[in-house]
Amino acid sequence: MSDEVLTPSAPPVAPVPTAHRRPSWQRLTQRYGALAVLVVLFVYNAVQTPFFLTFQSLVNNQLRQAAPVGIVALGMALVIATGGIDLSVGSVAAIAGQLGALVLVDGSSAYLAWGAALGVALLCGLFNGVLIARYGVQPIIATLILFIAGRGIAQLITGGNLQDFDDPLFQFFGLGRTAGLPAQIGVWFLVAVGMAAVMRWTTFGRYVVAVGGNETSSRLAGVPVARTKMLVYATSAVLAGLVGLIAVGVNSSSDANNVGLGLELDAIAAVAVAGVPLTGGRMTVIGTVIGAITLKLLQNTLIAHGIPLEIAQMIEGAVILAALYVQRSER
Amino acid sequence: MTTADAPPTPRRFAPRARAAAALQQQGALITLVLVLLLVFGALRYGSDFATGFNLQSVLADDAKYALVALGMTFVIMTGGIDLSVGSVAALGGVVAAQQSSHGFFVGTMAGVLAGAAVGLVNAFFVTRLRLQPFIVTLATLLAVRGLALHLADVKGISADSSSNFQGLASWMLLGLPVSALVVILLYLIGEGVLRWTPFGRQVLAVGGNEDAARLMGLRVDAVKAAVYVLSGALAGLAGAFLCAQTGSVATGAGKGWELSAIAAVVVGGTLLTGGVGSVLATGVGVGLLQLLFNLITFENGEHVITISHYWEDVIRGAFLLVVVLLQVRIVRRRQRRVTS
Repeated sequence: MSDEVLTPSAPPVAPVPTAHRRPSWQRLTQRYGALAVLVVLFVYNAVQTPFFLTFQSLVNNQLRQAAPVGIVALGMALVIATGGIDLSVGSVAAIAGQLGALVLVDGSSAYLAWGAALGVALLCGLFNGVLIARYGVQPIIATLILFIAGRGIAQLITGGNLQDFDDPLFQFFGLGRTAGLPAQIGVWFLVAVGMAAVMRWTTFGRYVVAVGGNETSSRLAGVPVARTKMLVYATSAVLAGLVGLIAVGVNSSSDANNVGLGLELDAIAAVAVAGVPLTGGRMTVIGTVIGAITLKLLQNTLIAHGIPLEIAQMIEGAVILAALYVQRSER
Repeated sequence: MTTADAPPTPRRFAPRARAAAALQQQGALITLVLVLLLVFGALRYGSDFATGFNLQSVLADDAKYALVALGMTFVIMTGGIDLSVGSVAALGGVVAAQQSSHGFFVGTMAGVLAGAAVGLVNAFFVTRLRLQPFIVTLATLLAVRGLALHLADVKGISADSSSNFQGLASWMLLGLPVSALVVILLYLIGEGVLRWTPFGRQVLAVGGNEDAARLMGLRVDAVKAAVYVLSGALAGLAGAFLCAQTGSVATGAGKGWELSAIAAVVVGGTLLTGGVGSVLATGVGVGLLQLLFNLITFENGEHVITISHYWEDVIRGAFLLVVVLLQVRIVRRRQRRVTS
């Protein structure tokens, strides 16, 4: 903006939003809105919240708690980039966690339990993918099926009972540490880096955005639309399965009633706060990571300052709407 | 929802006419399934199932879900979606409980108005600020749940039992629960409005092609605002009914209602892309999904096999799957007929 000010004597007041300046202001907020909120929250906490600026608080609380939503939000961002939505992530996390725990409690090795959990999650993702890509069912409906049925399936796996276990290897995703960092942060970091690389350097990454931008012309241009969608839903489900493993690992028990409850809404909210339009065609990995951290930090800030949960919920809703408003597209 | 989902194949001729015809076929089909299930229930479980009492309690129980699904049908027909209805129902119930000492009418009206107010907020964000309905109503889902909890002091809230507020649970007219009669009346009005009034045609026009509707001079924003207010008001009414029937509103009341309502609308054959729909078919969809649970309860009563209540969700999901696949089949068969 400053390069437009020609005379050095121009008063240093906030520029009047004229017609040709407004879009750039809007682009700025669109781009950095979530980051700005994050910075404000961070500074506020640094000043106001005791012990906020400690390793324990920043890494072990804020980042670690943001990881599950953050991981699922990355898969969700991928799905949303194709113009879809995945409501089933919470139920898939419950199924994967429950099955993984069952296999472990049954006496198998932790690796087999991981494989079973991620395998069943992959199956769920392929189920969604087949309905959407092959049968042309709308994503919200197709994933609604597993959202409804999935939790019932998870509960049926053990008749709704909790399964307790104590196996450091199996619980690595939830409790383990690598290089002093909680494992779930490491997993989140790896997933984010991997996804950023895929989006940037592979044709698949291009396809994802192309399908979301204009499906018909993508198909005419030879983009394998069906395969791209299948892969996207499979990825989302496997990441949800991973989060299921994290959740049961943290709790040292699997609870089909509560694992992943409301995960889909948190993930969608994180993606929305990141400024990714739900109409598809755009994707930002770093934005999604920032969105998840912002959302979690907001929740924790409100709770840390004694705001009752129900008021915190109202503020959260308002923040999501405000984030959407400043990031709305110019169309 | 607005994730402009492209049609299954790019080669479609007169998609709306075909979808409307498919919808008719599906409406007839699910009505047939509903009748078959009723006959099956009557034959297998005998007089207990077929008694007025069982059907009455099913009807009374379904009333609140049916109300939410009715509003959802209109929203979806404009191409939008309203995820906030479950929380709005909780808010409506809490407000109704607080006003319940003034009697049934005042209490219910308070719930309806509270719901309509939330609908107005949704409408403002969707039409004025042009935000996506899915995410707007997701945010109000969160915020309104918080508001309802706040108003109820984060605990369950009971209705005043000294006034006639809770009479709804027992009032009967013509052998039917009054709550069910209200719902049936509202569905008939809804179908009539959709078929025979300018507003109904405008709802379908907006959902069919919003830009074309705007170019034709329809007041698109007014139509959209109206359906969100309607959806909110009906959800508020559903909450008031819940409170009047059970005498209290729990903190988790209404959770997940939005998705049950969407499922019922889809089972009824209303397309989520908007522009095509039927109010009565949604009613049949609600009846069908709820009847499944009634049948499970009776099957468990027979003590031949015991179906854990965890199966309910699985069966509901499986049912939705079957309907969705049927829908795909019907549309595809018609496509083949048109293209050949």
